[in-house]
Amino acid sequence: MLRLLWLIPALPLAGFLVLALFGGRFSRRQIVWVGCGSVGTAALVTALVGADFLRGFPDRPSYHQTLWNWIDTSGMTVGVSWYLDALSLLMVAVITGIGFLIHLYSVEYMSGDDGYARFFAYMNLFLAAMLTLVLADNLPLLYLGWEGVGLCSYLLIGFWYREPEYGAAAQKAFIVTRIGDTAFAVGLFILFTQLKSLSIQQVQTLAADAWPVGSNLAVIVAVLFLAGAVGKSAQLPLQVWLPDAMAGPTPVSALIHAATMVTAGVYLIARMHRLFELAPPVLEAVAVIGLLTLLLAACSALVQRDIKRALAYSTMSQIGYMFLALGVGAWSAALFHFLTHSCFKALLFLAAGSVIHSLRHEQDIFRMGGLRRQLPLTFWTFLIGAAAMSGVPFITSGFYSKDWILWSAWSSPLSHRWIWFGALLGTLLTGLYSFRLIFRVFFGEVRTPPSGAPGVAMLVPLVVLAFFAVTVGFLELPRTLGDLPLFSQYLSHVLPTIETIPGMDESVEAHEQIAVTCSALLGIGLAAVLFLPRANVADRLAGTSLGRTLLPFWQGGWGFDRMYDGLIVRPWLHLTRESGEIIDRCYESLVVAAESFHGWLSRTQTGHVRWYAATVAVGALVLLGLFAM
Amino acid sequence: MLTTHALVLAIMLFCIGLVGLLSRRNILYMLLSLEIMLNAASLAFIAGGARWGQADGEIMFLFILTLAAAEVSVALGIVLQLSYRFKTLDADAFSEMKG
Amino acid sequence: MEVLFYIAAVVTLVATVRVITHVHAVHALLYLVVALIALALIFYLLGAQFAAALEIIIYGGAIMVLFIFVVMLLGPLAVEQEKSWLTPGTWVGPSVLALVLLGEVGYLIAAGDHLPIDVMETRRKGISIVLYGPYIIGVELASMLLLPGLIGAYHLGRRVSKEPR
Repeated sequence: MLRLLWLIPALPLAGFLVLALFGGRFSRRQIVWVGCGSVGTAALVTALVGADFLRGFPDRPSYHQTLWNWIDTSGMTVGVSWYLDALSLLMVAVITGIGFLIHLYSVEYMSGDDGYARFFAYMNLFLAAMLTLVLADNLPLLYLGWEGVGLCSYLLIGFWYREPEYGAAAQKAFIVTRIGDTAFAVGLFILFTQLKSLSIQQVQTLAADAWPVGSNLAVIVAVLFLAGAVGKSAQLPLQVWLPDAMAGPTPVSALIHAATMVTAGVYLIARMHRLFELAPPVLEAVAVIGLLTLLLAACSALVQRDIKRALAYSTMSQIGYMFLALGVGAWSAALFHFLTHSCFKALLFLAAGSVIHSLRHEQDIFRMGGLRRQLPLTFWTFLIGAAAMSGVPFITSGFYSKDWILWSAWSSPLSHRWIWFGALLGTLLTGLYSFRLIFRVFFGEVRTPPSGAPGVAMLVPLVVLAFFAVTVGFLELPRTLGDLPLFSQYLSHVLPTIETIPGMDESVEAHEQIAVTCSALLGIGLAAVLFLPRANVADRLAGTSLGRTLLPFWQGGWGFDRMYDGLIVRPWLHLTRESGEIIDRCYESLVVAAESFHGWLSRTQTGHVRWYAATVAVGALVLLGLFAM
Repeated sequence: MLTTHALVLAIMLFCIGLVGLLSRRNILYMLLSLEIMLNAASLAFIAGGARWGQADGEIMFLFILTLAAAEVSVALGIVLQLSYRFKTLDADAFSEMKG
Repeated sequence: MEVLFYIAAVVTLVATVRVITHVHAVHALLYLVVALIALALIFYLLGAQFAAALEIIIYGGAIMVLFIFVVMLLGPLAVEQEKSWLTPGTWVGPSVLALVLLGEVGYLIAAGDHLPIDVMETRRKGISIVLYGPYIIGVELASMLLLPGLIGAYHLGRRVSKEPR
């Protein structure tokens, strides 16, 4: 069964090719069968391969499959080869599983759209690229997938390309992530020139041998990789593209900009963890970036009017948690939060999409309200998602993953106390902004009446994801609550387990957990006070002078857009306009020179065949003359 | 000495062909001159083959023969076409490719 | 043998000169046939009997017949115009060019080595073996040349369209 591994990325790719070539001639039903069928089959194959892999798991920690040589030049061999271990199996399972559910959801959500075949073609291509990214055995192949998901992200953000704004959002996403991608590529070049290898496993072993901890090269390469991860995962300072990326259809936001692609950065850092361990200052930077992003994005999420933008900021904030966990060396915790986050964030986006769909593309939460009774199933699933995101204790998955991260931030020797306090503040804000959405959208008076409840194809993924958003957390229970470390044992074959500073026993952990729980619940309670329509404290707060200054500032994402516009975009445009004159003149002179040469030479083209024959004869004479001499 | 003299004959024939090619304006005569030059070249090859006792000279002659056959068939087609369209065989009249 | 060679050479030269100087196309063609036959004799004297036969059959026969057909197709040719084109002045430039070429190559030939070995006969079998051995790619290329020649001649030879482009 393991030999079927290559099918997992190949199936969505085949789906893409079929839809791209013949999609225009297919009926909607055929498009659905191809688009969803390829992903569904890939998910099935993943289940088979995963079962086979887990059967022999601890004895055989990885499986390697080479299909063919992609690049083979002197000194560099890059194969199209897949590498399956616990980490990539986790990623593949999440991508194909959630990918399939979202495809199923799109069948109904996109049913009124003209670009039906195009949508599924892009989605399939995205899955193929994402699977290439996580299964790649070497860095160039990983980079191929990395760029592939970037391309698909661009195509899908600009899916409704007739709106110039959406096109601009797509370009922004592409260009901003390009900065990170370029850094990543430079990192690859340095790794290859220094270590003469690009295989992910081999290069890290070589690096660990060649570079001492904290050496300059290790730090430089790790910084460059971090820049790539930061760009893809929308962390500070390259986070500005993600809120605008919500221009795409909601399933796209759910799949690409919440559940899978934006976590590629997390995957990259976890995949290259041995390299990052060689560069402790960079690891610390990862934690700080994560912390800053999670706080800034949480504040922005608190004040958004657009439901999808609010969710986008919450995504950034949650990925901030993952970065924080990576930074303090809690690799498995970061991946666990990735798993739970994928479930509940996909759920939240799909539920939000179902609200938007019912309200005929209304996204402003101030025009929503009272949907609790009209859309009961959507309400309950959204509630589960929000509860999981805010970490409602004991029953939601988000509690277990976030608690693990916070405990690591408290107990890891790589962490600092202030990081923990920042993360604790984050849990409060998370509860606040999650339940703000609930109270604004589902409570109060009805502002826009829904035009109809979502159908089966949309509800099934919601229910399935809601189920997982609750139960996935039970894969890893902390010492204080049942002590069931299934997930960390599973990943311990790939990622090192976290050390704790001495003296961190169960009673300390219990106290820390109580603090986290209280903070999350306090956030939810505060949300009830502030945003429940009856209380309506928030509007009064927004009316104060502080509120009036902070509100637009936070809504615009802390002014990063304006800063980049002023610091980079405008000066650059100015420069191009000014220097255009000079550069144009250079090219013009080139044109003039070419034209005069052309006139000169074309005079020899008389059109008389005898003239040509004579010139050939003279040429022969000259050559013979040279030979005779 | 015979082969050396054959080479001299070949270059003389070639020169006569070249003179014909350059001085005649009628495109048909130009083609005839080309044939003469091709013949001169094959004579040179044959003489070379005879001088060294190698078959390669005659093989080159065969190739030149093939080339001449193909060239003549196409060139005569072009001559016919030109005479239909321009009503003349004056090579200087066909200067539409002037740069 | 030697005498035969020189006689044939003189015949070839004279006939060739007449080809390029004659104003009647058919006469010029007949002179060319004479020149080709004389050349075939030279080939024979140089020991290349096969080439001599081909020279007469394909050159003197097939190719010349093609020319004659075309001359017939073209209809009456303007002899007077030919005469008016053939002013002495037209000969000067090309003749100078050709004489220089003759001088150069003559010098090269004269400067070459003069070994007493003369005509060495090649066996017919040798030609075939070499032709279909090391030169097989040349044979293939020749066939590829002939096919477009056939198609081109067919296409160009048609009397076409009332409106030329």
